[in-house]
Amino acid sequence: MATGQDIPPDMEPVYQYPESLTSRFTHYCPGCTHGVIHRLIAEVIDELGIRERTVGVAPVGCAVLAYDYFNLDFCEAAHGRAPAMATGIKRVSPDTVVFTYQGDGDLAAIGTAEIIHAANRGELITTIFVNNAIYGMTGGQMAPTTLPGQVTTSSPGGRDVRMAGWPIKMAELIGVLPGAAYVTRQAVLDVPGIRRAKQAIRLAFRVQLAGLGFSMVEILSTCNTNWGLSPLEALEWAKAHMVPYYPLGDTKVADAVRALMEQA
Amino acid sequence: MARELWEGNMAIAEAAVRAGLEAFFGYPITPQTEILEYLSRRLPELGRVFLQAESEVASINMVYGAACAGARVMTSSSSPGISLMQEGFSYIACSEVPAVVVNLMRGGPGLGNVAPSQGDYFQAVKMAGHGDFHPIVLAPGSIQEAIDLTILAFDLADRYRTLAMIVADGSLGQMMEPAEMPPMRPVRPPGERPPWALTGARGRLPNVITSLYLAEEDLEQVNLRLQAKLRRIAANEVRWKEYATDDAELLIVAFGTVGRICQTVVREARAKGLKAGLLRPVTLWPFPSTRIAELAARVRGMLVVEMNAGQMLEDVRLAVEARCPVRFYGRLGGMIPLPDEILPQLEAMDAEV
Amino acid sequence: MTAKGMVIIDENRCKGCGLCLAVCPVHILKLADGRFNTRGYRPVEITDPEACTGCAMCAIICPDVVFTVYRRRARRGQPAPPPTG
Repeated sequence: MATGQDIPPDMEPVYQYPESLTSRFTHYCPGCTHGVIHRLIAEVIDELGIRERTVGVAPVGCAVLAYDYFNLDFCEAAHGRAPAMATGIKRVSPDTVVFTYQGDGDLAAIGTAEIIHAANRGELITTIFVNNAIYGMTGGQMAPTTLPGQVTTSSPGGRDVRMAGWPIKMAELIGVLPGAAYVTRQAVLDVPGIRRAKQAIRLAFRVQLAGLGFSMVEILSTCNTNWGLSPLEALEWAKAHMVPYYPLGDTKVADAVRALMEQA
Repeated sequence: MARELWEGNMAIAEAAVRAGLEAFFGYPITPQTEILEYLSRRLPELGRVFLQAESEVASINMVYGAACAGARVMTSSSSPGISLMQEGFSYIACSEVPAVVVNLMRGGPGLGNVAPSQGDYFQAVKMAGHGDFHPIVLAPGSIQEAIDLTILAFDLADRYRTLAMIVADGSLGQMMEPAEMPPMRPVRPPGERPPWALTGARGRLPNVITSLYLAEEDLEQVNLRLQAKLRRIAANEVRWKEYATDDAELLIVAFGTVGRICQTVVREARAKGLKAGLLRPVTLWPFPSTRIAELAARVRGMLVVEMNAGQMLEDVRLAVEARCPVRFYGRLGGMIPLPDEILPQLEAMDAEV
Repeated sequence: MTAKGMVIIDENRCKGCGLCLAVCPVHILKLADGRFNTRGYRPVEITDPEACTGCAMCAIICPDVVFTVYRRRARRGQPAPPPTG
């Protein structure tokens, strides 16, 4: 926030602190891209003018305290249950805009049933799914999205797919469900990717506002602390290893969503 | 309003509708599925929310969400399904949002069977989920009482911002009795949701509903507040029924369906010259401990009868504090104790105490 | 002052992760030497404010909303370029 500096009169703001974020410092590690994703969501909510009717549902995982950082009505779900909780909120308050913010353990392991059924019902909610291929908050254990061979504190020899199965591609899995109107995978690993991720988040919220069905943006993210890398190295590692396994792009764009895209 | 013939499950469902139920989320399980089926027709015709969830886990978290949004909301299930919901109960209790749950108990443990049981007393009263809390637990003994307690459950849940649970069994759920349904209460419009509800932060600071308090000092304060609330509930909301206790020398304590059966036992015992009486707890939590303690000072003995291995028995003993002998008779596995079995227990006690 | 752009750094929000250093196209950001913010991190500093183009890439990559970015209004009444994203 601008403090104590004079802004010349011919200077115009091009980036300002979003109203939909509180001023609290986040607890995220330095360089953690959760902060970027929070900011993108807040910017989209500001730009769509829906802050005063949006309700967020926080997960269990690193983003468990998301409600401290968003300047929105918020609740904290049990592990994996955010889509069910969001369903309850949206069904009794159809005029609110409801989104869940979930990590890979929350959404792709313990909460698999809830996300699949919420998507399949075409719940008018938006899910932001942060995939960093690891359990961050508990200290770096194998996630359902951990890559084959990836070393974690609970796969010390690297993920052995014969024992632990394969990483789940959630965007593809959800994309085949008829109730899902818009499903995409994005990454916040560089500036162009962050811009595209923001466009996707905006579209996902617009899909909800237009009542077209369930929308989800999977976002490839980093966990430099548990990967044992610097913040910058983590961006490069994700590009080199995650993006090839988790291809970026839309896995579901319903016809009505395509029409919506053309309107914009 | 006229008395009509109501089946227990449908009576509970319609009573919830009359109480202003805005949304029901549930999953089929015998012997309560008629509640879900009834509401799947009834709520949509009133423009209210019915959703069959993918599991009991999802049901209770949908309830949690709708409760956070400030709606009057309910789910119903039976023992195994209730076990799955316990995580949600704990979150709801800590978050202090109102919700109503119906448990039509069935034989357990495990998948057990679908016959009537009271095997979930401990679960409801002592350990409805992890952490320190109790739901308000209401145990109807007739269909009229099931209707009345369903209405009360919503009011108590709202008043104390807590979980209210109705516990009954399949026999009450599936029998028919004449009962009077109260008039329809208006549904609270979405614009009149409580000030703490998550409705979007319009013209106010954001509302946050959480059960996470990482600092020990904070969580202790939350717990102290919850405990103070539980003490308020315990002081104001204890309910029970008594039959022939004025001059009773032998007191039966039984709840729900068994309490009703024991009214017959008292009648038959009196016909044989035994001065028997009955206390039927209507709230299992808070428990009528004070009244039981008073009666313990003037009866020769108490007989606790349950459809379990002796669960409420422990609360009776805690209340009696050895002021009089306490005996137990129970049937298990979905078997219903009948007057012919219970009366000899009373007669044996009469001879021994 | 002739700079095309201007960034204001809320340095106490900065965790010193350095992502902005890598994306700044004119390389005018660095982490402070021997100086720490109130949370114990070496905050980002701007070395040459005059070189700032107001591109806002630092703000776009920043996980902690450290930057507020301004751009000089275009001449002849033309509007400034649209905000980020």
